[in-house]
Amino acid sequence: MKILVVEDETDLLEAITQSLGKEKFLVEQAIDFDEALDKLVSYEYDCILLDIGLPNGSGLDLLKKLKKGDRKNSVIIISAKNSLDDKLAGLDLGADDYLVKPFHLAELNARVRSVLRRKEFNGQEVLSLNNLKVDFSGRIAYVNEQELTLNRKEFDILTFFVVNKNRLVNKTSLAEHVWGDQIDEADNFEFIYSQIKNLRKKLKEHHAQIEIQAVYGLGYKLIEI
Amino acid sequence: MKLINYTLLYTSIALLFIIGVWAAIFYVNMLDEIYDSIDDGLDNSKLLIIQKAQSDTSLLYKNQFGESNYSICPVSEETAIATYDEYKDTLLYMKNEEDYEPVRLLTTIFSTAGNKFYELKIISSMVEEDDLVEDLFYSVLCLYMILIASVLFVNNIVLRKIWKPFYKLIDFLQLYRLGKSSSAIPMGNTSVKEFQLLNETVIELLERNLEAYNSQKQFIENASHELQTPLAISINKLELLTEQNDVPEEQLQTIGHVIQSLERLTRLNKSLLLLSKIENRQFAQEEMVSFNATIKRTIEDFLDIAEFKNVDLVYSEDGELVTYMNKDLAEIVVSNLIKNAIVHNVKGGIVEIAVHEKFFSVINTGSLKALSTEKLFSRFYKESSEKGTTGLGLSIVKAILDQYNGCISYTFSDKHIMSIRFD
Repeated sequence: MKILVVEDETDLLEAITQSLGKEKFLVEQAIDFDEALDKLVSYEYDCILLDIGLPNGSGLDLLKKLKKGDRKNSVIIISAKNSLDDKLAGLDLGADDYLVKPFHLAELNARVRSVLRRKEFNGQEVLSLNNLKVDFSGRIAYVNEQELTLNRKEFDILTFFVVNKNRLVNKTSLAEHVWGDQIDEADNFEFIYSQIKNLRKKLKEHHAQIEIQAVYGLGYKLIEI
Repeated sequence: MKLINYTLLYTSIALLFIIGVWAAIFYVNMLDEIYDSIDDGLDNSKLLIIQKAQSDTSLLYKNQFGESNYSICPVSEETAIATYDEYKDTLLYMKNEEDYEPVRLLTTIFSTAGNKFYELKIISSMVEEDDLVEDLFYSVLCLYMILIASVLFVNNIVLRKIWKPFYKLIDFLQLYRLGKSSSAIPMGNTSVKEFQLLNETVIELLERNLEAYNSQKQFIENASHELQTPLAISINKLELLTEQNDVPEEQLQTIGHVIQSLERLTRLNKSLLLLSKIENRQFAQEEMVSFNATIKRTIEDFLDIAEFKNVDLVYSEDGELVTYMNKDLAEIVVSNLIKNAIVHNVKGGIVEIAVHEKFFSVINTGSLKALSTEKLFSRFYKESSEKGTTGLGLSIVKAILDQYNGCISYTFSDKHIMSIRFD
């Protein structure tokens, strides 16, 4: 999978590249409008992360050019502007998702996976991790072909961990991903713990070969065992 | 009070005064004229009677008024010399009226050829002053009423027509929201110079405001961009750092704290941006929003936290609260209030949300002390040392309600009660 990251802040560009690199994506960089345009004309990408505010042009213009051609690539806009107008404009122009800075790398990862899944597999992807299978379209998880009964939030938590496997998942990013932005600052996200506890219990009961480890003070990590 | 009624009020007061003064002067002048003409008549009668008395001495013994209007009685010379012509008002018994009525009395002295002195009294019936006053009063009152009625008529027909462009402008301004795809200002075709000027001034003012609004919006967005990007870099770099395998646990914890602080900073930045956006009325998209539905949805979102905090969420409704406002802002109002009610609660506590037709209230258990109502809605005010809260939640709620003619009130009676009302 090939991804182009268009972002004018080199530090952020570097961090995103590094993070996506860990996921075995082939990541290329563009730091301004012209470079991005060059690369988009010359190469095919599966997914493009597009910053709106670029030094010599708007990411939205780039998006327009991109959508004129018959390319099948997914586009995720990453912008510091959390304004509805921009969001609607971006999505109207054919972007698949819109992520507001600052975001967590785990969230970015989940969004990239999600748009790729929709494009490549029509959402029919089933992801396997040892004896765990996750059917994203059916929203069902299996352990050893046996269905794991999960409620909506437990499923969301599990999938967030699965797409970020072996990586540290910050508890804020987990809370915002599963419960939404509104949940912010509510009690330091301690309530997540009880949800994780239930999920762990269910995984254990079914002898899943994965484990959700707590990293004190930071969050959690899903590892294969 | 409406402008038209103001004009009416002041015109009627002024008219009352003017007509009152005019009536008084008119009355005095008229009375003066009446006296003058009566006295002239008496004077004339005097001359005729004296002339007649010189030739007909029988008249000299008529010492009663009787059927005629004069009496004559002899007086001594000394009295005669000391007496001058005198006109005065007095009362005389009138047979027809069966009462004493005012009359004008002329007392004078004359002498006959025999050097005898006589006193002559002549009376003339007088205008009845109280009747006159009464008549005058009613006439004036009638005049006053007619004048007021005509003022009212003129106001309603003419002024209403003249002021039409003014009211049109007011209607337009009342509905005007900065930044909303503004309809053109109605240039009510008026020939009144002041209204033309007013229209032009308002247009100019609005254009200047729009310019300022746009540049402020630009500034806020730029400020947001400038702050969000370094925050994104810091958080993401630290996240990458925590994923390196060789970081000792102690340092991981420290990094965790730094990330938490940065996240708090992010929330603070977002809240401040939200607040300025609300105050700049940048949430122009409005629709009919049902609070019942919004609240039910929000409760759903908060069930997990409530369960963790061991707080009961109870919802009740006895009417539908529907308001025309921005949907996202309505959600922010509801979620901020419910979040506060859950977070600032006690274990085993309760949050009751009751929706009525005109208002809804969020009632929660919590500290047993009433909160300071003055500071409650001010920015960055925190009652508790709650970690991670921005102290902006209620300011945001208040700012939103201010935009939509809503109000929030806080009362305390064992429980904390927040009531949100829309007028």
